[in-house]
Amino acid sequence: MLINLFKSSLKKQNMERTINGKSITVNEEGYLKDFSQWDDKVGEALAAESGIALTPRHWEVLKYLQNEQKNQVALSIRRVGKSGVVDIKEFYQLFPIAPLKTATKIAGIPKPASCI
Amino acid sequence: MANHLHHHLKQPDWQISIIDERKEHYYQPGYLFLPFDIYAPEDIIKTVEEFIPKEVKLIKQKINRILPSANKIQLDGGEELSYDILIIATGAKIAPEEIEGMKGAEWQKSVFDFYTFEGALALRNKLREWEGGKLVVHITEMPIKCPVAPLEFTFLADSFFKHKHMRDKVDITYVTPLSGAFTKPKANEALDHLLEEKNINVESDFAIEHVDNEKKAIVDYGGKRIPFDLLVTVPTNKGDDLIERSGMGDELNYVPANKATLQSKEYENIFVIGDASNIPASKAGSVAHFEAEILTDNILLYIKGQPLKEEFDGHANCFIETGNGKALLIDFNYTHEPVEGSFPFPGIGPLRLLKESRMNHMGKLAFRWIYWNVLLKGTHIPFVSATMSESGKHYDKVESVAN
Repeated sequence: MLINLFKSSLKKQNMERTINGKSITVNEEGYLKDFSQWDDKVGEALAAESGIALTPRHWEVLKYLQNEQKNQVALSIRRVGKSGVVDIKEFYQLFPIAPLKTATKIAGIPKPASCI
Repeated sequence: MANHLHHHLKQPDWQISIIDERKEHYYQPGYLFLPFDIYAPEDIIKTVEEFIPKEVKLIKQKINRILPSANKIQLDGGEELSYDILIIATGAKIAPEEIEGMKGAEWQKSVFDFYTFEGALALRNKLREWEGGKLVVHITEMPIKCPVAPLEFTFLADSFFKHKHMRDKVDITYVTPLSGAFTKPKANEALDHLLEEKNINVESDFAIEHVDNEKKAIVDYGGKRIPFDLLVTVPTNKGDDLIERSGMGDELNYVPANKATLQSKEYENIFVIGDASNIPASKAGSVAHFEAEILTDNILLYIKGQPLKEEFDGHANCFIETGNGKALLIDFNYTHEPVEGSFPFPGIGPLRLLKESRMNHMGKLAFRWIYWNVLLKGTHIPFVSATMSESGKHYDKVESVAN
């Protein structure tokens, strides 16, 4: 019982973080809760945490993903590959590990999810 | 929709026609049970005519194109029909040809789908004689119809092989392009244990590039290979080719529509129901049912020249089979993820949300009867509203989620 109480007090849904003096709120997996808190510096800091130094090609992909999110399009790797912005091979070169999951986190938008 | 609308739009002022190239109506949720011999083909097929009101004209022909600027439908033979209002309900279907090698030499030998009647039936025949090995259940990419179906298939497979006393001969792996089998925090917390209990391996973030028919493996863009003896895959889902032929769809042939009113974004006298649209609701049958109630009101408002109701909230309500005669129930919408609670009566139930129970399983099986006898006839289900209710559910706080 006590252990359960302790566990539930540890279970944090959201977390406040400070990046370059700016306060942002992220969920339990590190994704931004509110896109209005995102800016280029936040993007750079989140990319660095994933071991990625952003180049102009990265930025083109990130801006495309943000725009798709704004238009409420469900993101998938194959859809990104068909976008004309980047092909899937290059997408993997830019974001080598789980590219969509990583790129969405850096872009400040939610990770692609299912209904459960 | 025809069953809803014919009460309001009477002859001679209005003529309602349905154009459907198929002779039969399939109960698609039944495809999940067909491979395991839980349902037989006759349980899930009925003729279309049985469900069409007398005043409604049924035109059993293929459509060549929709000509939205001319308000016309061109049939396959070249004949043109004009309309004042068009409702598009052409759904979504699988497109295995999108992935190299998926519809290759092993298609329906060791590579199967269960999203078509033919696929589910071929898989049933395979499972009747399969002696075990590596079973891989795989999702190609989102969005798909009934996103929980592959998970249900996995749970039912575990149960099926246990009953056949051969579970020890089957290694089950669930492969998803998403971050895990469960992607919403509440569902993950409540349900993750099911996978461990049932000894199901999960491979996440897998973006398939091709199927290697020779070596029997699926290969992702990162070079990762997952070998299989039996692959049950959910191929890419797309809208109907008709939408592409008519130049009305997005990259996946879905028709852009307003997510709250269901009106086409481009043509004000066209409305889109169910999986045919690009709205960010779940591609589940319950969504189309809830949409139908709001769409009926909106079509009547459109005819009167009044503003449409911006009411559709993405409400979905799904039973999820978990095997061994148990099931879960989830209720969610555009902004609320599935949580624990009771349904449909707050605090009473009798159905429990996000928890395994036999009652939920009975609900799922009973639903087939409700589908044939209540839903298709356009009758409202008592106590279940088109928009979602928050009472009796355990929300921490309301927060916005995407998709």
